[in-house]
Amino acid sequence: MISISNVTKTYKGSPKPALDDVSLEIEKGDFVFLVGASGSGKSSLLRLMLREEVPSKGEVFVLGENLVAIPSRRVPYFRRKIGVVFQDFRLLPNKTVFQNVAFTLEVLGKSSAFISEAVPEVLNLVGLGEKADRLPSELSGGEQQRVAVARAIVNKPAILLADEPTGNLDPATSAGIMALLEKINQTGTTVVMATHDVGTVDRLKRRVVELSGGLIMRDDRKSGYQHALPNTDQIDLPAGEQE
Amino acid sequence: MRLGFVFREITQGLRRNVSMVISIILVTFLSLTFVGTAGLLQAQIGQMKTYWYDRAQVAVYLCTNTSPADVCPQGEASSDVKATVEAKLKDPTLASFVSKYYFEDHKAAYKKFQEQFKGNSVAKYVTKDQLNETFWVKLKDPNKSAVIAETFTGIAGVEEVRDQRSYLDQIFSILNAASIAAIGIAVIMLASSALLISTTIRLSAFSRRREIGIMRLVGASNFFIQLPFILEGVVAAAIGSVLAGVAVLALVQFFVQGYLAQKLPLTSFVDLSDGLVIVPLLVLAGVLLAGLASGVAIRRYLKI
Repeated sequence: MISISNVTKTYKGSPKPALDDVSLEIEKGDFVFLVGASGSGKSSLLRLMLREEVPSKGEVFVLGENLVAIPSRRVPYFRRKIGVVFQDFRLLPNKTVFQNVAFTLEVLGKSSAFISEAVPEVLNLVGLGEKADRLPSELSGGEQQRVAVARAIVNKPAILLADEPTGNLDPATSAGIMALLEKINQTGTTVVMATHDVGTVDRLKRRVVELSGGLIMRDDRKSGYQHALPNTDQIDLPAGEQE
Repeated sequence: MRLGFVFREITQGLRRNVSMVISIILVTFLSLTFVGTAGLLQAQIGQMKTYWYDRAQVAVYLCTNTSPADVCPQGEASSDVKATVEAKLKDPTLASFVSKYYFEDHKAAYKKFQEQFKGNSVAKYVTKDQLNETFWVKLKDPNKSAVIAETFTGIAGVEEVRDQRSYLDQIFSILNAASIAAIGIAVIMLASSALLISTTIRLSAFSRRREIGIMRLVGASNFFIQLPFILEGVVAAAIGSVLAGVAVLALVQFFVQGYLAQKLPLTSFVDLSDGLVIVPLLVLAGVLLAGLASGVAIRRYLKI
């Protein structure tokens, strides 16, 4: 499903690679946590899987596509098969909940009949059926993240990538989002989630991939968050822009 | 659905930066009006050229008593001279070039002069014998005037051979320079409107960079992301160029046909049919320019 082999990623102006000879296999239906301090390479890894970045060295295969060789005109079609959720939600502030979710389908050219059926269905799934006509500014953070999740999965992607989806939320709300992600995972969607949230990782007992300084330090199935390295960077202020 | 979506995005974009859209409309309007006027001027010059070149004749001026002594030492041209000139015009070698000719004597020349300079004080002082008797020669091919000039220049009793086109050429070269200057200004204005369009589209893309980011994230094709922006520029420019078309047609109808043609009834002027040829070209130019400018402007927001 996702196969990363011997990938090195170096950004311009930085001598130290963000990812250093990393290899990782993720199977269909997996639920994988990427953990590690800021700058450990979690986000770089997610960006490679989404083909927002191309590795400096090595190979990335996602859903059978070779992301190093894929021509840029095919990238949009590849991305339609992948859902993404971010820490800062990235909703359109001037569109309602319904319109935010429908936007994805409109962009993909789906018929209005399909949209008016699929959007309420997915909003019910995330528990926002009643709030379809609200604007993002009228919702709580947890509800906004649910809208973002709804938008990511409305097109039934095979993979859901989540970059610190609970980073801006309190523990109770985070638990709600995690329950939602588990529910999505149970339908067969592969979920890859980068996070700092120790409690969540410990509770869920899923596969954990720990990164540090661009290297994979640990890759444990059914594991909690026991650090291979002493972790000093647990205080991470929310960096995203709020609506 | 897709079309409706694109249409909504365009109206949203147009509404979001109204002032810039208005400036695009005005700049395209002005620059294309300039282009259209320059085009009409060119058409007018072309039309006048055919009209006047067709009527231009070669004049063989005969000597008078007041002619300069170095060209006309024997004074007034005798009837022998007239007979010689006429015989040469009838001669088969020349006759093949000549369409027709006629002789204008002192009396006819005086009458014409009095008509032309009616009210001018010159008319009072001129006497009949001061005005040249002239053979007016109309050529089959107006470009062959040199043949007449060669044949008659230097013959005793002929003061001068003059192709009327030489006067016309001066006028046309002035008009031509004017229309080239107009085209030059028009090109500069078109360049500035292209820059303005690309700036506006860039602003519009910047203010919607969230939407663009999300569109890219969910896998919208580049063409689909581009389309609303390019159409936004094209719609604004199309409005401007249609206005320019209306302005050009109004210029033809009310200024050229309504005013100039009344004042100068003998000259043929461009009319609405010429205007209707230019207007679609203007609109096409405006739309292409806007499409190109906004397409280039949006490109850098689309790097995957």
